[in-house]
Formats: sequence, structure tokens, C-alpha cells
Amino acid sequence: MKAIVGVKRVIDYAVKIRVRPDKLGVVTDGVKHSMNPFDEIAIEEAVRLKEKKIVKEIIAVSCGPKQAQETIRTALAMGADRGIHVEMTAADMDKLQPLHVSKILANLVAKEKADIVILGKQAIDDDTNATAQMTSALLDWPQATFASKVEKEGDTLKVLREVDGGMETIIVKLPAVVSADLRLNEPRYATLPNIMKAKKKKIAKMKPGDCGVELKTHFDVVDVSDPPVREAGIKVDDVDTLIAKLKEAGKI
Amino acid sequence: MISTRQILQKCLRVQSATRSWTSSRCISTSDKDPSAAAAQAEVHEAEDFDDYGSAPIQQKPERPPFVKELFLGRFDKERLIFPEVLEKERHETLHEMVEPIERFFEEQVDSEKIDREAKIPQETLDGLKELGLYGMQIPQKYGGLEMGATEFARLSEITALDGSIAVTLAAHQSIGLKGILIAGNEEQKQKYLPRLATGEWTAAFALTEPSSGSDAASIQTKATLADDGKTWLLNGGKIWISNGGYANMMTVFAKTDITDHLGGVKEKVTAFIVERDFGGVSAGKPEDKLGIRGSNTCQVFFDNTPVPMENVLGEVGGGFKVAMQILNSGRFSMGSSSAALWEKAIGMREAFHLVARRTGICLLIAVLLKCHFEYIKINEIYILRHIIFRVSETLRNGYRMNGSFFGEVKILKIRVDRGNLDQWGIYCNTFFGTLRELKSYGYKRVLENSGILVVFFGNNEPDIAFTLFIMVYRLQYAGIELSQMVKKLRNPLMNPGFIIGKGMENFRQKRDNPKLDLNLGEQLHPALGSSAEALEYCIKRFQYGVESVLGRHAKKVVDPANQLEIARLADCAIDLFGMTAVLGRASRSKSIGIRNSEHEIHLAMTFTQQASMRIKKRVSDLENGPFVCGDKALNQIADELFEHGGYVAEHPLTRTYW
Repeated sequence: MKAIVGVKRVIDYAVKIRVRPDKLGVVTDGVKHSMNPFDEIAIEEAVRLKEKKIVKEIIAVSCGPKQAQETIRTALAMGADRGIHVEMTAADMDKLQPLHVSKILANLVAKEKADIVILGKQAIDDDTNATAQMTSALLDWPQATFASKVEKEGDTLKVLREVDGGMETIIVKLPAVVSADLRLNEPRYATLPNIMKAKKKKIAKMKPGDCGVELKTHFDVVDVSDPPVREAGIKVDDVDTLIAKLKEAGKI
Repeated sequence: MISTRQILQKCLRVQSATRSWTSSRCISTSDKDPSAAAAQAEVHEAEDFDDYGSAPIQQKPERPPFVKELFLGRFDKERLIFPEVLEKERHETLHEMVEPIERFFEEQVDSEKIDREAKIPQETLDGLKELGLYGMQIPQKYGGLEMGATEFARLSEITALDGSIAVTLAAHQSIGLKGILIAGNEEQKQKYLPRLATGEWTAAFALTEPSSGSDAASIQTKATLADDGKTWLLNGGKIWISNGGYANMMTVFAKTDITDHLGGVKEKVTAFIVERDFGGVSAGKPEDKLGIRGSNTCQVFFDNTPVPMENVLGEVGGGFKVAMQILNSGRFSMGSSSAALWEKAIGMREAFHLVARRTGICLLIAVLLKCHFEYIKINEIYILRHIIFRVSETLRNGYRMNGSFFGEVKILKIRVDRGNLDQWGIYCNTFFGTLRELKSYGYKRVLENSGILVVFFGNNEPDIAFTLFIMVYRLQYAGIELSQMVKKLRNPLMNPGFIIGKGMENFRQKRDNPKLDLNLGEQLHPALGSSAEALEYCIKRFQYGVESVLGRHAKKVVDPANQLEIARLADCAIDLFGMTAVLGRASRSKSIGIRNSEHEIHLAMTFTQQASMRIKKRVSDLENGPFVCGDKALNQIADELFEHGGYVAEHPLTRTYW
């Protein structure tokens, strides 16, 4: 089986985010970036499937500016076989939406004749949680999202999903799109010898146009601001005062 | 457009480079008193290095040794240009490597637990091996990562985050197996390096003995040739051996009998590769230490351990040289480890909160604290950081140590030592106060661990003594040149131009106003113009200081009584090197537009200013002579102390009358 895994370069989870002075985005200059944590889990799952000999080749795909290459390299160091970098300018990156990404992925799936697509469930910068679902729709493939366990049974996948109501087990026919949730696995560290070996692996470069996608925005960002600062609370002595205060504030 | 003067200077430099090599060979045969000669021989042995190791890394052409030339007032302007050390690809690869290691240390290393339990968990050790950290400098063909000095220094910054791990790794690869890399033959490399690279085997370095610490030549462990003539029998004991409790392979130094060409028998040190499995190797119990508690340190005993002939490292009798090469090649990484530790500590949020809180209490104290905080710590880190990378530039393939750069590395070590002991202690006490005692805050651990950075590659005090020897050596190097000058001085009619020039120069120097003609400002960003002048001033004053000292004492400069003067010169050289490094780095940052380069310019200018005040004072002390600057008085007090065998003054409550 051939697997395509999507990886996105995002601001590192430990960094304190600051809003840009023009209020149209966040500060990304000089800020530490790394691979989206859910994508790490996705790559790790693909590598484990490869170790179990279920998957034969793993292609890591990233859409982004030049630095996205670093993210692909990390994926290669973790065990992917080759990479595809869909390159665009930083300005275009701001216009990039899940719909574009899923169109690109669908296009690559057809080109590479992949059998399975593994993505992180959402990116920690935009939290859209849409790419996996859109990709499966475009490919007309079954989807298994929020996976916390994946097993192959014949030509189907048995997937344990973490949903709001609890856990759900589904069976999807291959080829399918899977999106990784937090507890699917614990990603390995890219060891230094693997990093050195990864340098020999190839990364193909493409443009969005090559995948038949034009980066047209469907909406404009009007304003980006910090969440409101949490205000101090008030302590009351009894329930009557509480009700009175709530009435005052117009809440009841 | 190259000016005529620059062409001339270039020619002079080439000339001096060739002359320096020939003159340095002459020094050892000239007539000096025997103790100095012995010291020099030691220095010479240590400095007489060969080129080792296959270098896939591009070599840049040699530059004349910076610190040595400084003694003659010759300043290599190229040094002001901060080297771009790594080509693009290696730079990128290094970048990629930093991330997983940092994450590993953040997520998997519980320093508090390691310190408390005095043990590094096996999973952590396995993780380190898997990451590839056990074979960083081993060539790829033996399974290692073949990293250059720069990469290694950068990664040492991360491993330093836990003192015990840093020491375990350093004992294994910076010294334990380094001997094989430097002096091993192909069979030895093939036999041992692959297992050491993966961490399957751990290495240790066994030189120190209870009676022989800094004086490596006085070790007493003995190796005698067995009857079959093919095996050495090792007998003796070593102390303070990191990884000694479980290392599979050790580099052991022992005395062997050497018959010289005249038939006399002498004892000389030989290096051996000893496997624990050879038999007769036992270890004492692990020492309970103040800092780096997770690393294994113990005594190691050898009882008739058989070591095959093939396991001699280098030549029989050539062990001292091997030991020095090993230690020198690894020392600089202590610098980057220190800088990283301090940087992290400064970043500790609590510190900033404390300063902020105290501002509310008393403005005056707050200002003092803030300034102290900024200048001292940050300056040290800044300087250290790029002295490292400057030094690593000269160590292109990781373990080659050209003798002349010995000075630079020594200076590095001294900065590390002083920074760690003096500054760290002040810093911790001033800022953290009682917080320091709380183990959970980690400051205590940093304080304790910082001690090891001083001692690991050879203790500070004898280091200073050793450095003094180097300086003396340099002085004599300068002396040869100056003696030529003195000849000219004595022959005024034949050298009128020279005499007049020299006279003018001296006249100006006596008024503390040397002519600044080096034009260093050209090499630096204009923002650093005034600092460039300050540096020139310091170089000229330093040269004057050297001449004064030599002029005053001539051959007797090696006399112990004059050590305080030499120490002043040594400190000046240290500051000069620091200034050069700092200005070069700040200039480069500003020129290529690195973020926050303005801050760097401020740091550079401040350091330069303070350093030049220090140099000014020192040279003026030298000028005034030992009576005026207090040296004679200090010496006298010290003599009285030693004579008395302890504190001399009587207790203040003593009375002689009632």
C-alpha cells in the first residue's frame, strides 16, 4: 500500500502567540515553528504500518513556503520515504484554506495512486478540522476521523474513534482517509543518524498550479485580536445577593 | 583598493609567520635555567601537535597564531571578521538536529529526579544512545555522525541542560574514546569505534590518581612487559573516573620503562586501550557528589590486567602527548556548555520577577541589581558563545589542535572557570537569595553542577599556572624579536630612523597616549568606531606592557617572583581576545541584519569599554613597577603566611598588658 501523509508547519505549541500590529494575523517572524503535533502522530502511525509491512511507501506532503521543507525533512527523519513540497510564497500561505489543501491532496493521490491518506485531525494554528473530511469527499473515499486505534483487517480498516459521546468502532473499506487523534500513538524522536540518512531522501517540488489548484480566497480576514482578558469575579455572601446581582447584570 | 600600507602589512605578516616558526624552534635550545627549560619542554611537547583525522570538511588556509602575535603588538585584523563557520548544508543539518535533542531533554529528562536519586534512568540512557549522541564525533564509516567542532559545540549546549548527562557523555566521547580517534591505528578504530558509536559500549578516561591530579607526568600506575613479550601487565589505581563503574573500554595511562638510545632506562607514560573484560579490573563504590550526582564517578583498580601489545595507543612512551591532545581537543565544549547553562538561568522567569519585585522595594538597589544582572551575566554568555565558535573554526575537523591555538583555547577555559565560580556564586546569591536553597527551583543544581565545568578538563588553579608558562613562552618568543630591537637600540648611528621612531613611540606611551595606527575601524561596522579605537589603544598598551616587563627583567622574567606581573599580562591577553571576538561578532550581526543586533552592539561596546579600563589599569601598574602597584607587598604577605604555616595575625582579643 502506498500512503500519503500530510504535514503542516505551524507555530510551535509551546510558544506564546502574539497578535500582529496590523491585527490581521499573528506574529510569525522569528518565532519557533515545528510540525503540527497531530501530523507527527499521523506520520508515526504511517511508519508503524510500514514496520508491520502493511504500507510499503510513505510520501510526506506539505503545502507552504520554503521553510516547509524543514517539516518534510523531519517527516523523512521519522521514517517517510520521500517528500513532496507544494511550494508557495508566505503571502499565499495566508490565503491557503482546507479546501485548497484537500484539492491538492486529492490531485496527488490520483498522481501517485495512493491507497491511504493519513492526516492529523486538525492544525493547531487554525483548528479548522476540515481537511481530512474534505479530502475524502473529493476522492469519494470513506473517512475515519479522530482515530485513536487503527487495525487492518483484510481490505478494510477497523478504526476506533474518539467522539464526543464516547468511543466508536467503525469499519471502512480501503482506500480510505484517516485523521489522527491524540491518543493514536506516541511519536518517536527523529534520531540523529536518521536525520543524516534522511538527507539522501528526495523531496519533489511542485506548485499549487501543478495540482490544478488556484489559491483564490473565498473570504477576507477582517480582524484578529486577543481573547478578552478575564475579568475579576465578585464574591457574594448568600444566594439572595447572588440573584440580585445577576438580575442587575441582566442575566436573568 | 588596497593601499600600499596594507600590502606591506600583508608582507610583514607572512614574514613574521615564517620567522615565528623558526624562532620558536630556537627557543628550546637557548640557555635558560633548568626549571624553566623543563617547563618549556612540557609546553613544547604539548604544543607539538600533528594533524589527525580525515577531514571531509574544507580546510581554510592557516593564519598565524593570534594570541602569540598579540604579544608583539601585531594584531591580525582578519580576526575581527567573525567567521561564517558552516556551509549551508551543514548549517541546515545542524538546525534539524537541534530540535529533536532539545525536545528529548525537555520531555524525557527529569533532572530533579536524576539529582535526587543520583542515577540516570536506563531508559534515558537508551534514548540518548538511540538519538545518536554517543558517537557524535566518530567518523561515519565507523557508525558515528562525524560532526565537526562547531556542530559538537552547538549540541553540547543542549546536553549541558542536565549536568549528569553532560558529564556521562563527555567522559565517554570527549575523552574516553577520543584517544582512539586521535592516536589509534586502523585496526583499533575498526575494532572499537563501531560499538562505541552506538553506545553498546561505554568508554572512560583513566589518568588521574590519588597522588597525581594536575601533574599528569607523576602517575604511578605501572605497566610491565610480561614474559611472553607480547602482553603488558597493568597495576595501579585511578581516581575520579567518570563512567568508571561500568565502562566497557577505558583509555588508561601508565608508566612504562623505556630504554633510550644511550642505554639508560627511563619511566615514560604510555596510553593503553583497556577492556573491562581483560580481567583484573575492578571499581570502587560510586562517589556521593555535590553536583552531577547522576553520573558515575569512582575509583578503578588494575590488578595484573593483561593488555595485548596491539592495544597500545600511539607510541610506547608517547602517552603524555596523547593525554594532552585528548584533553585539549575537548576542552572548548565546556565553554559552550557553560554559556548554555547561564543563558538558560538568565531566562528563568523567576529571576525577572524577582528583579521586578525588588524594584518596588528600593529603587537604588534595584538599579544596581539590574545592572549587575545585565552586564555580568549577559556579557559572559555573549563572549563565551562566540569565542567558542571562533575556536571551533580553528578546529575544523573536530580534533585537530594546532599548537599555536593553544592560547585561544586556554583563554576560553579561564573565562569558563572564572565565569562559573565567581560570577555564578554572586549571581545566585544576589538574585535568588533563599530560593537558591530550594532544590525544586533548580538553581541549586545549576550552582552545584557549575563546579564541574571548572574541574572536568583540568582544574583552574594549575591551569593558571600552566597558562603562565605559556605566557612566559610567548614572552620569550617576543623576547627574541625584541632582542633584535635592543641590538638596534644599542647601535643608534646605524639605525637612526628606527631609534627616532621608537623614541617617539615610547614618549607617547609614557604619556599613556599611544599612536593609533592600526585602523581597526575599517574592519568593523561604523557603529563600533569608538570601540575599535579602544581596542587599538589596548593593543598598543599591551605591547608596551610586554616590552616594559621584558625590559625590566630580561631573562629573569620566568622567575616566580615576577608571576604577578605576568599574570597581569595574561589577563590583558584574555581581555584582548575577548574584545576582538565581541567586536567581530557584533559587527557581523549588524552588518548582515540579524535580529536584535542593536543589543549586541551595546553589549560589545560596554564590554570593550570595561575591558579597556582594566587593561589601562594593569599596564599602568606594570609601568609603575611592583612596589607602587602593590605586588611586592602582596608577595611579602604571602611569604609570611607560608612561613608561619597559617593565618599570622593574632586574635584581636589578645592583650599584652593589663
